[in-house]
Amino acid sequence: MIKSVLVINTQGKPRLTKFYDILTVEKQQELLRSVFGVLCSRADNVSNFVEAESIFGPDSRLVYKHYATLYFVIVFDSSENELAMLDLIQVFVETLDKCFRNVSELDIVFNYSKLHNILDGIIFGGQVMETSSAEIIRAVEEISKLEAASNSISLVPKTVSGWRSR
Amino acid sequence: MASPSLMDTLFQRGLDDIIKGVRHQQSSTECIFISRVIEEIRREIKSTDLQTKSTALQKLTYLNSIHFIDMSWASFHAIECISSPTFSHKKIGYLAISQSFSESTPVILLISNQLRKDLKSGNEFEVSLALDCLSRIGTVDLCRDLASEVFILMSSSKVFIRKKAIGVVLKLFEKYPDAVRVCFKKLVESLEGSDSPIVSAVVGVFCELSAKDPRSYLPLAPEFYRILVDSKNNWVLIKVLKIFVKLAPLEPRLAKRLVEPICDHMRKTGAKSLVFECIRTVVTSFTEYESAMKLAAAKIREFLMEDDPNLKYLGLHAISIMAPKHLWAVLENKDVVIQSLSDEDPNIKLESLRLVMAMASESNLMETCRVLVNYALKSDPDFCNEILGSILSTCCQNVYEVIIDFDWYVSLLGEMSRIPNCKKGEEIENQLIDIGMRVKDVRPELVRIARDLLIDPALLGNPFLHRLLSAAAWVCGEYVEFSRNPVELMEALLQPRTSLLPSSIRTVYMQSAFKILIFCIHSYFLQKEDMTSEVSDLSSKRECSESSDLATGKALVQSDQDEGFNPRESNQSYEYPSVVDTGDGQSSTPTFMEKKSLMHESIVNLLNLMELVLSPLSGSLDVEIQERACNVLGFMELVQQEFSNPLIRKEANLDREEVIVSRVVEWVHDGFTEELGPVSVTAQDRVPIPDELVLKENLTDLEAICGGVELPAPGSFSLTSPYYGESAVFSVSNLQAEEDSEPSTESTSLLTEHRKRHELYYLPSEKNKIPANDYPPANDPSSSINTNDATEDLVKLADQSLVSKRKPNHAKPRPVVVKLEEGEAAPVVSKKPELKDDLLSGAIHDILLGNEVKAASSQGNPSDKSSSKRKGKAKHVDLLDSKENLAVGEQPNHENPSSRRSKHRGDGKQKSKKSKGKKNGDGREDDGEKESQKIRDHHGRHKSRQRADAPINVVPQTPDIPDYLL
Repeated sequence: MIKSVLVINTQGKPRLTKFYDILTVEKQQELLRSVFGVLCSRADNVSNFVEAESIFGPDSRLVYKHYATLYFVIVFDSSENELAMLDLIQVFVETLDKCFRNVSELDIVFNYSKLHNILDGIIFGGQVMETSSAEIIRAVEEISKLEAASNSISLVPKTVSGWRSR
Repeated sequence: MASPSLMDTLFQRGLDDIIKGVRHQQSSTECIFISRVIEEIRREIKSTDLQTKSTALQKLTYLNSIHFIDMSWASFHAIECISSPTFSHKKIGYLAISQSFSESTPVILLISNQLRKDLKSGNEFEVSLALDCLSRIGTVDLCRDLASEVFILMSSSKVFIRKKAIGVVLKLFEKYPDAVRVCFKKLVESLEGSDSPIVSAVVGVFCELSAKDPRSYLPLAPEFYRILVDSKNNWVLIKVLKIFVKLAPLEPRLAKRLVEPICDHMRKTGAKSLVFECIRTVVTSFTEYESAMKLAAAKIREFLMEDDPNLKYLGLHAISIMAPKHLWAVLENKDVVIQSLSDEDPNIKLESLRLVMAMASESNLMETCRVLVNYALKSDPDFCNEILGSILSTCCQNVYEVIIDFDWYVSLLGEMSRIPNCKKGEEIENQLIDIGMRVKDVRPELVRIARDLLIDPALLGNPFLHRLLSAAAWVCGEYVEFSRNPVELMEALLQPRTSLLPSSIRTVYMQSAFKILIFCIHSYFLQKEDMTSEVSDLSSKRECSESSDLATGKALVQSDQDEGFNPRESNQSYEYPSVVDTGDGQSSTPTFMEKKSLMHESIVNLLNLMELVLSPLSGSLDVEIQERACNVLGFMELVQQEFSNPLIRKEANLDREEVIVSRVVEWVHDGFTEELGPVSVTAQDRVPIPDELVLKENLTDLEAICGGVELPAPGSFSLTSPYYGESAVFSVSNLQAEEDSEPSTESTSLLTEHRKRHELYYLPSEKNKIPANDYPPANDPSSSINTNDATEDLVKLADQSLVSKRKPNHAKPRPVVVKLEEGEAAPVVSKKPELKDDLLSGAIHDILLGNEVKAASSQGNPSDKSSSKRKGKAKHVDLLDSKENLAVGEQPNHENPSSRRSKHRGDGKQKSKKSKGKKNGDGREDDGEKESQKIRDHHGRHKSRQRADAPINVVPQTPDIPDYLL
């Protein structure tokens, strides 16, 4: 079972937080801080595993990958394979890359909703549901279409940005 | 934002505007900006326009997940959004709900209907949203209410929906075990095929389920085996292996069949993740299959040779799983392991440290520890302490099993405490005291080490070492007779810098100083007795050392007078070197007793020193310090009369006084020399409770029970009587045994004195002890191998057993202690989760095995449990039930084999009955008693009907599961 997926930039700012257990915001913030505290102290050429039991309690492991300015982190328990989770991060990043064409931190900052669509396509309630990025993208695009269709019903966009983009 | 501007009311800011806005803020103004946005959101979210509302909610959800802003207040708005017909609103609402709802969210019950509606929607993405939400926040109520909808979706034609429905089953089973009756069969059917995404999802679910209760899924082993052989999907294979790791210990025959396909995968696959999972499976579950282990070891070797630190780490990790049973795997890779100790990756370093310690044995321990301690000196503080910790824990395993040379080990402990980063003071403290009590022969060395620690003023500044110093102080006080120079010890214990210590440790220092004082005075009296018979003839050297002592004493007195009122200031003029010199000067003498005689003056000096240091402390604010200071001062007053000025006193008076003082000193000394030894934690339990003693009764009844008998009787009876009885038996048997095997000779050296005093401290241990444990392991090696003279050791052994009859009991209880503690703690811990698991596993047993007895009992269980939790929500329950029955009525349409129709209908009915029982499992237990009583009666009828139903439901299912294992 996957407990949490986090994307944190190298400044320690969260870019995506997903906790599959129910936690209070204070707890989430605390966990995020301790994870970042551990990650930023690690050199680049070391292994991608971090002892997580002191942060997330017994039977928890953490793998992360460092891409440019972002850390991608998955926290999970003993029913997942460590290397498979590293692959999963790879799948996630690849999918992002395909969706945004050369994904950068800015894409992740500004596409909050789409980011969740992608992640929910991969992980469902803490279980890995889909590992093929083509399948994930197909679903994400359908969802985007659906959203666009439902939004176009309201002809006049009410938000400032929507107004400007016209 | 006093009043909203025109811009704000006309145009709402979207999520992108907020993100940009936050980005433009400095970190100092960010908070203000966000709180303004929140204000805005609070206003917008009340809007009746769902577009405005959902945009506001989306902004809030974003702030919640990225800036950790509380959004629990918006829960009702989220529900409004999911009820919108527009997909984008729904989506925003569902995201908000799965992010912010918990079991305690009051409005959570309101989403039940909307979820049901969306689960039935024709739009697969709406269904997916609802399923996702249920899998995140599913409560007992939600899961019960929606179980039948999820069941229908499990047969959906769309793979996208079906796999998610299967994923939700996990939550369903966890929260509402009775769902098993409905969904389990479908779940097992979904295992067919081997590579579809559906199988992947089902295997994932079974992996989670079997982690909690593997036994229930044993009958499915053939299915999993088929997947293991057929599947080409690494994700599926990994999960199947995870399941088999859980199942293998339960069914020994499984291993034989599994080893081959697993090895096959290991050889053929190119995926490292699968290889590692195979290795892990083999080394944890199939350790007795030599060829598989060899193959795994070879694969591990490949991992270790890789440059990738991840593989290297996992390789080392796999070896450490093997290490306890297959040490050869570690030894084969010794080179890599040692090399990895200096790896830059902390994970790899830690793993290799563990492996190095696993390789440690009696023969190489000293070398290993020497290397590691040297390495610790060079490492960063964290790893340094890891090294120290693992040395300490390895060495003390099984009561210091691996240690042969205790003198070496004690000096190693001393060395370790001087490592600047050492934070293991507490652990070292325990071991110093433990070894002191268990291993007699090491005491002189121990005292020497403790002295070195005590006189080192630098250690006092490190708070992590305070505990260690308290052990050193205790050792010095307790075993002062082995000290070469008690005066020096006394000075160390009373040095001004001790004010840096916490009061609890300071009291240990004071008590130890008191012990030393008693020892000095006592030996002075002994000496005096000798001297009265012969003319004293002091050698020039002795005079010399005495005078130097005297000088030091005076210097101390002076410096203390200066510092007396401000002990916190560290005293630079404190004359340590001179003291140390005196000690070194006498280093050739074996013990203090033999060489150095205590002069009258030095006792007086000691007394003066103590008085100087302790008198200010008699006004200390700390009760314990004050108490001890007063005690010691009181005693000194008594003694001082003797020593104050003997020349002036009259002869007769002096004699009488001296007799009194010397007797007092004698008593106190006897009190202190009473040896403390390790006492089993379970010692108290071994005292048989007399039949008459009723511990749990109210004490007011005591008088009635005892009648005329005086009260102390039961107490003294329970403690002393059985104790004496048993000890007598014990000592006799031990005595005989020892006399048979070993010659009894006259006692050796100084230890005799120590051994006289093994009286009243130990409760006799049980007689049915394993004979192999009869001698304390810690004592054994040290006395038989440690010293050069083997015969002398034999003599000591014999002597020990003669003089200290109770000795065999001392260390023995240790292993028993561990067991007992575990035995007591385990049931308490495991009690809670069992209940829930029982429900689930019971239900699964019913389905899989069709065991009638179990079916009846497990059905009895949940209803019993829930009936005790019944609350007054009966109306609501009925409402939901009727709906549920409707839903159940639809079920058969989605099922292919018509023969099962009746059965499922039965299930449905049963479920609805159950649901009443389970209704209140959400833990609101403080409702009215009357109501719950009513429902319990009502429920009783259900229960009886359920029992009648059970066999009919369950029996026909039995043949569906091939059962080749049983």
